[in-house]
Amino acid sequence: MTTYSYFPGCSLKGTGRAYEESLLPVLRALDVELEELDDWNCCGATAYMAVDEVRACVIASRNLALAERTGHKELIAPCNACYLVLNKTEHYMRESPSVNGVIQNALKEAGLASSGNLPVRHPLDVLVNTVGLDAVRRRVRRSLKGLKVAPYYGCQIVRPYSTFDDQFNPTTMDRLLEALGCTVVTFPLKTRCCGGSLTGTLPEAGLHCSHVILKEALRRGADVIATVCPLCQFNLDSYHDKIAAKWGATRIPTVYFTQLMGLAFGMNERELGLHRGFIPMKPLETSSPE
Amino acid sequence: MDKHDNEEIRIGFYICHCGSNIAAMVDCPEVAKTIGALPGVVLSRDYKYMCSDPGQELIRKDIAEFRLNRVVVASCSPLLHEKTFRSAVEAGGLNPYFFHMVNIREHDAWVHTDKGEATKKAKSLARAAIRRVAKHKALEVKQVAIHPDVLVVGGGIAGIHAAMTMANAGKKVFLVEREPSIGGHMAKFDKTFPTLDCAACILTPKMSEAGSHPNITLMTYSEVVKMDGYVGNYTVTIKRKPRYIKEELCTGCQECIAKCIYKEPRFRDEFNEGLGKRKPVYIPFPQATPQVVVIDPRVCMNFKDGALTNKCKKSCVTACGEKQAIDFTQQETLQEVKVGAIIVTTGFQTFDPGRIPQYGYGRYPNVYTALEVERLVNASGPTAGHVVLRDGREPKSIGIIHCVGSRDRLTNRWCSRVCCMYSMKLAHLLKEHTGAEIYNFYIDIRAPGKGYEEFYDKLLDEGVQFIRGRVGEVTDWAVSPEEEGRLVVRVEDTLAGCVRRIPFDMVVLATGLEPKSDAQDVRRLFNMSCGSEGFFLERHPKLAPVSTFSDGIYIAGCCQGPRDIPDTVAQAGAAAAEALALIDKGYIEQEPNTAHILEDDCCGCKSCIPLCPYTAITFDAAKKKAVINEALCKGCGTCVAACPSGSIVQNLFDDGEIFSEIEGVLAHD
Repeated sequence: MTTYSYFPGCSLKGTGRAYEESLLPVLRALDVELEELDDWNCCGATAYMAVDEVRACVIASRNLALAERTGHKELIAPCNACYLVLNKTEHYMRESPSVNGVIQNALKEAGLASSGNLPVRHPLDVLVNTVGLDAVRRRVRRSLKGLKVAPYYGCQIVRPYSTFDDQFNPTTMDRLLEALGCTVVTFPLKTRCCGGSLTGTLPEAGLHCSHVILKEALRRGADVIATVCPLCQFNLDSYHDKIAAKWGATRIPTVYFTQLMGLAFGMNERELGLHRGFIPMKPLETSSPE
Repeated sequence: MDKHDNEEIRIGFYICHCGSNIAAMVDCPEVAKTIGALPGVVLSRDYKYMCSDPGQELIRKDIAEFRLNRVVVASCSPLLHEKTFRSAVEAGGLNPYFFHMVNIREHDAWVHTDKGEATKKAKSLARAAIRRVAKHKALEVKQVAIHPDVLVVGGGIAGIHAAMTMANAGKKVFLVEREPSIGGHMAKFDKTFPTLDCAACILTPKMSEAGSHPNITLMTYSEVVKMDGYVGNYTVTIKRKPRYIKEELCTGCQECIAKCIYKEPRFRDEFNEGLGKRKPVYIPFPQATPQVVVIDPRVCMNFKDGALTNKCKKSCVTACGEKQAIDFTQQETLQEVKVGAIIVTTGFQTFDPGRIPQYGYGRYPNVYTALEVERLVNASGPTAGHVVLRDGREPKSIGIIHCVGSRDRLTNRWCSRVCCMYSMKLAHLLKEHTGAEIYNFYIDIRAPGKGYEEFYDKLLDEGVQFIRGRVGEVTDWAVSPEEEGRLVVRVEDTLAGCVRRIPFDMVVLATGLEPKSDAQDVRRLFNMSCGSEGFFLERHPKLAPVSTFSDGIYIAGCCQGPRDIPDTVAQAGAAAAEALALIDKGYIEQEPNTAHILEDDCCGCKSCIPLCPYTAITFDAAKKKAVINEALCKGCGTCVAACPSGSIVQNLFDDGEIFSEIEGVLAHD
């Protein structure tokens, strides 16, 4: 059993709770335990990063300091935004003595310290590059054969820090989905913007971004879009009515890659949070778990 | 040692004003006065330009008049005028090594701002030289004969031209080429820019001339594996790969190819960039030189995994008949040649566009590299010059993307120099062949050659479109019926100030030039240096562009950096001229500042051997002593410093000389 520190971030306790509901049992099935950071706070993403970058980093660094104190060697951040902000904070701590000075002073006030060297990893990276695809394949109880999936990575997981995959054509999730038996459709928009927070502030622009992705996934014949980010999932799943009103219907479910893993592992759909989506996945054609 | 040992030391000292270069910061008459008072100094002068003829004449006259036996000149860097003054001293009747030079320009006047301090420093340096020169011994310049033959490594246009130039001058040349035929990249091109003359028409006559030249020994399908020796006397080991054909017996009739058990060609044809097929027995291209077939043991039925099985019925052998040129038992052999100079022309490789996945090469079948398109438009190419896509359709619209793997922080930062021009050439040829609508996507058009800008103008007149902007991606993501089933180029048009989507049937990637993947191995083999980007480094970017830091080894063509054919040929000619100048002298003069072993003191610990950067030290197992080959020694002094028993001595830098110099610097007025 390997244990990692776990930073859920706000999404995984709210709009993206299905991500946590599927992530934890899937990892447990592969002998990976996540220990939630005690007293964690906002990662510093959202609008704060745009208002005051250094202070946003200070907020993030408190989580890093807490994680270092646990003694676990690595921190897992499943939300792409958290993953990026935490990595970015460490980048500044290593590269900019002035930013690092501000951060360390602030942490000192709280009786904390951070080295800036704690690896912050995305569960996709851990599942494929540490747990390994062989272990995943061995755990599959119900192959997802015949399910056509559009792999959608979003922007923040590979840009600007492409620590474990190609910036322009990531393939880590493709390989993982293939290991589950899925048919991965060619999806050239895999790292295109989902609209991000524009769907709230400038809906015309934000929703169009989502629409383009949904439409192309349907054009490629996908049954479902798999995502690794709670904001992407929210944007692609929640605005179908508004999108349909503007540009025509593009109904296709968007689920977390961990939900598909859970299905392949033979887990219960409800326990994986699959009932939470607005656009439900069609029942699988393949037989029930062996 | 000689008569000078007991002689009274009589030193002449000269300090040069170098116009105002030195005199502005150093009080030259003051230095001359101080040095003139030192023991052993019989004459001390300051003079405006010591390197001038009158300055040199002064030294000659003074030697006779004042019976000088040592001379010190304080002036510029020895790199500039040490030779000048040594000659003057020699002309005055002294051994040239009874001279020492002090650099008070680069090391003093040019780097200081306080005249008093700079004058003081000049005195210290001069005093050191006075003490040192007293200990100098007479040394002889040795002459080493040069082997007159030359090796050229790489049979592209650079190697062919260099080899021909030297062979025509009467030198024996070994031309070594890794592939089964010479010709290199140029042989694959259809036309050359900007004149649009046929590449094969101008190259193949040179190839066959090189192949039949009495002074050229052509060694194709061969690689240099080892180089020993030193300038003028290199011993080079060449690996000759088995082509399973006796070169001297094959007439190039190609009957064996026709009768091969494989009725149809079915293996990747390297010469056609994989767009065509060949048989296991093949000739790379119609004008290949030598006109000798080659058998590929990886796919021939008579081999399995490269090992001979003799399981094929060998219809090729039957077809060859009495000539009996086919020999399946051929083995790799090693051949040694002796040469005096080496010209390295190993060329380049094109950038692998798979490293830029957003351009879709390898994912979308209709994305081509420029080199593939060269073969498509070539009449002897896989489609006999018909430009058709992989599915047989003729493209109606073609996008050419410039700077693929060039001028890019994520891949290669340099400009590959030829891509703008070859892209425009391909645009012209593709338009001529297909009448298609053609777009060029460029960052800047770089057309700085004779007739190049005019060629760009011509293309504009022909109606080829140019869009300034680095392409973001090539995708099959379609948003309109017009885009459906086609390749869409997404690009920021930086002149129009908008993002555009343009659909094409065919996309051509103008891949850049980069060092060959094994350039580092070749660099080590020939003791050369590489720049940070991996191209071989010339000795001086302006004044020694084809020389390397190894004497007698020259470079030309794209192994030194990207360039076009005219520049490559000019550089190859220059390298040949440099090699000829070296060889025709007949001998090289060996600087006597080499190290030698005091045999009685050497304990045979071998510490020095691995330290020598020039592999000049060997071990005499019988005597259990280290031995220095003075012809290889460059006088770096590493072994002298490392020897634990102090048994290595370097001429001009022995302990007495160096300690006297240090004392001179440290002594006060």
